[in-house]
Amino acid sequence: MNIHEYQAKALLAEFGVPVPRGQLALSVSDAVAAAKALGGDVWVVKAQIHAGGRGKAGGVRLCQSLDEVEIAATALLGSTLVTAQTGEAGKQVNRLYIEEGLDIASEFYLSLLVDRENESIAFVVSPDGGMDIEKVAADTPDRILTVPIAADEVSVQESSSMAALLGLSGDQVDDFHQLACQLHHMFRQTDGALLELNPLMLTSAGKLVALDAKFVVDDNAIYRQKAVADLRDLDEEDPREIEASQFGLNYIALDGHIGCMVNGAGLAMATMDIIQLKGDRPANFLDVGGGVTVDAVCEAFKLLFSDDHVKAVLVNIFGGIVRCDIIANGLIEAIKTHPMRVPVVMRLVGTNEEEGRAIVKDAGLDVRWADDLDQAAEFAVTASRGVGQ
Amino acid sequence: MSVLLDRHTRVICQGFTGKQGTFHSEQMIAYGTSFVGGVTPGKGGQTHLNRPVFNAVADAVEQEGAEATVIFVPPRFAADAIIEAAVAGIQLICCITEGIPVQDMLRVKQQIADIDCRLIGPNCPGIITPGEAKIGIMPGHIHLPGRVGVISRSGTLTYEAVAQLTSTGLGQSTCIGMGGDPIHGMDFIDALKLFEADDQTEGVVMIGEIGGADEENAAEYIRDHACKPVVAFIAGATAPKGKRMGHAGAIISGGKGTAEAKFMALESAGVAIEHNPTLLGQRMLELLK
Repeated sequence: MNIHEYQAKALLAEFGVPVPRGQLALSVSDAVAAAKALGGDVWVVKAQIHAGGRGKAGGVRLCQSLDEVEIAATALLGSTLVTAQTGEAGKQVNRLYIEEGLDIASEFYLSLLVDRENESIAFVVSPDGGMDIEKVAADTPDRILTVPIAADEVSVQESSSMAALLGLSGDQVDDFHQLACQLHHMFRQTDGALLELNPLMLTSAGKLVALDAKFVVDDNAIYRQKAVADLRDLDEEDPREIEASQFGLNYIALDGHIGCMVNGAGLAMATMDIIQLKGDRPANFLDVGGGVTVDAVCEAFKLLFSDDHVKAVLVNIFGGIVRCDIIANGLIEAIKTHPMRVPVVMRLVGTNEEEGRAIVKDAGLDVRWADDLDQAAEFAVTASRGVGQ
Repeated sequence: MSVLLDRHTRVICQGFTGKQGTFHSEQMIAYGTSFVGGVTPGKGGQTHLNRPVFNAVADAVEQEGAEATVIFVPPRFAADAIIEAAVAGIQLICCITEGIPVQDMLRVKQQIADIDCRLIGPNCPGIITPGEAKIGIMPGHIHLPGRVGVISRSGTLTYEAVAQLTSTGLGQSTCIGMGGDPIHGMDFIDALKLFEADDQTEGVVMIGEIGGADEENAAEYIRDHACKPVVAFIAGATAPKGKRMGHAGAIISGGKGTAEAKFMALESAGVAIEHNPTLLGQRMLELLK
C-alpha cells in the first residue's frame, strides 16, 4: 500500500529524519494560509498523488510570492496530472502540500528495499539525485551502490561506503550514518517494502534533508501497522480494484478487451499472456483465489460485465480447492442483475467440473465451451473481434 | 527414485486441527502419505484423524520420528512455526501459508541458515512424488508417476503443466512448488541440482514468473551444470510495471524482473523456452523422444 508524500514525511519526522517544514492544503485559501504560516519568501507547492514523475509533469511548483502560491494552487487543485507513472488517464489532484523552499547544494538518490538476492534490507544510493534512477542504473551503473544491511543495525562501515559515493566529508559522514540508522529503524518498525528519498538533499548549510519521500508498506503486514493503514487514500485507487478487494478478489484493471476470470495468480498471468499470444489483449488480471464463494464469483462477473472495454469474457478454472459448481452458480447469480452482454467462453476443469457445466447448461446460458486453455483463448479472441465489428 | 519425498517420509502437519489443516491432511492420508500426526498448541494428547496431536513439533519428532512438516498456521504465526520445525530437527519444511510479512521471512531465513533443513515456500502448493506421497494442497489425481521433474513459482499454473505431462504419458518424478513470495526457501537451482542427480528424472519443466532474479540465476546454473533438457515458461509477459500480480513476489520493479529478460536469459543458456503455457507437455515430449 502506498501513502502520500506528506504522510511519508510525517513518518520520517517521527523517526527523527530531517524534512522541510510543510502543511497540507485541501483548498486554495488553505494553501495561501499555509504559506503565510510557514513564513519565508520561497515556497514549493506539491501535488499529492500516488505516482512519481510529478516534477516533470508540472505537479511541483516553486513560488516566490503568496500570489504565485495562489496561482499554483488554483491551477493544480482539481486538475488531472499525467506523469510517466500514472498512465494516460492521469490522476486527479485533491491534496496539496505546501513546503518551505530550501537552498539546495546537492541532490542524492537514496532508497531502502527488501533485497531478494541478499535476503536482507538494503540501501540503494546514488549521487545523481532527482533523476530517473532506472536510467542511472542502466547508463552509469558505477554511480549507483547497493548496500545490504547484514545485522539489525547499520554499521559505520556500511554507511561510510555510501557516504563516500555521495562525496560527503567531515561531519556530514557522521550525519549520514545517523540518518541511515534512523531510516533503517523506521523501515523495520513500519514493515516497509520501499522507502525512497529522491532527492535526499544537502542544503547549502551542509544539512541532509529528505526533499521528497515515497513509502510503500508491506501489504502482508498491514494487520500490525494500523497507524500506516489509516493513511490509505481510496481516491488514489481504481474503484473496481477496491470493490473487488472487498470480496477477497485479486483484480487489476488493464487496457485490453478480454475480461478474464481465473483461479490462481500464476494461471491468471498465463491466461493473460496466451490472449496476447493469440493477438488480443486482456482487460484485467483477476484471480478469484482458493476459498472463493458464490457471492464473490457473482461480484467478479458483474465487474467484468459492467466494464465497457470488455468485448468477451474468458473463464479459465483449473479447480483444485476451487469448485467448478461455485463458479457456475456465481455466473447464474450475476446475470440476474447484469445480463451477459458479451460472449462468454468457459473452460472448467477439475473439482466438480461436471456439476459446473450442468448448472450452466440447465440454465440455458449461451456460453461457448472450450476443452483446454489454448482453445479457450482462441475462442475468446475470435468472439472479441466479432463484437468489435 | 524421486527427490526429497517418498512413501516412507514421516510427515506431520502444523495447524493440524484447523479447517485447512484437517481437510488437506485427510487428502494427504488418502494419497498414501506416511502421515504420523500433527501439532496444535494446547491440544496435545488428543487424537485427530486417527493420528496423535502434539503441543510442539519437538514432541512429534521425539515420539513419531517426524521428518517432514506441512504448515497451515495463520500468517502472523507462520514464521515462528517454520523456525520451530527447523529447530526441532525437521528435515523438510513445507509452508503453505499465504500472506506472511516479508520482514518476518527475512528473520526466518537468518535463523534457519545454519540448520540442516530444507524449506519449501511459503505461499506454495507443496511437493508431490506421484504414486508415493504428497505434502501440500495439490489435487493428487491429476498426477502420474513418470519421467519429468517440475519446479514452479505458481500453484494452479503448475497443475496446468502437470495435466499436460500426464496426458502426454510422460508423468512426473517429483513436483515442487517453490511459492510466490519474494523471500522463500528452495529455489530453481536447488531443485535443478536434485533433479540432475535423480535417476528417475529425465527432463525438467520449470515455471517462473515476473519479479526477482531467480530465473536468471537458474539460467546461469543450467548453462554451466545441467545435462538434462529443461522446458521453461515465464508467466506475466503482459503484466504492467509496478503492479503486484497476485503473488507478493510477482512485480516488475525498477525495470527488473520482466518476463522478456527471463525468457532471454533462459534461452541463451540452452533452455527450450515456450511462450505458450499450453504446449509445455508437448515440448517436453519432443525433447525426450
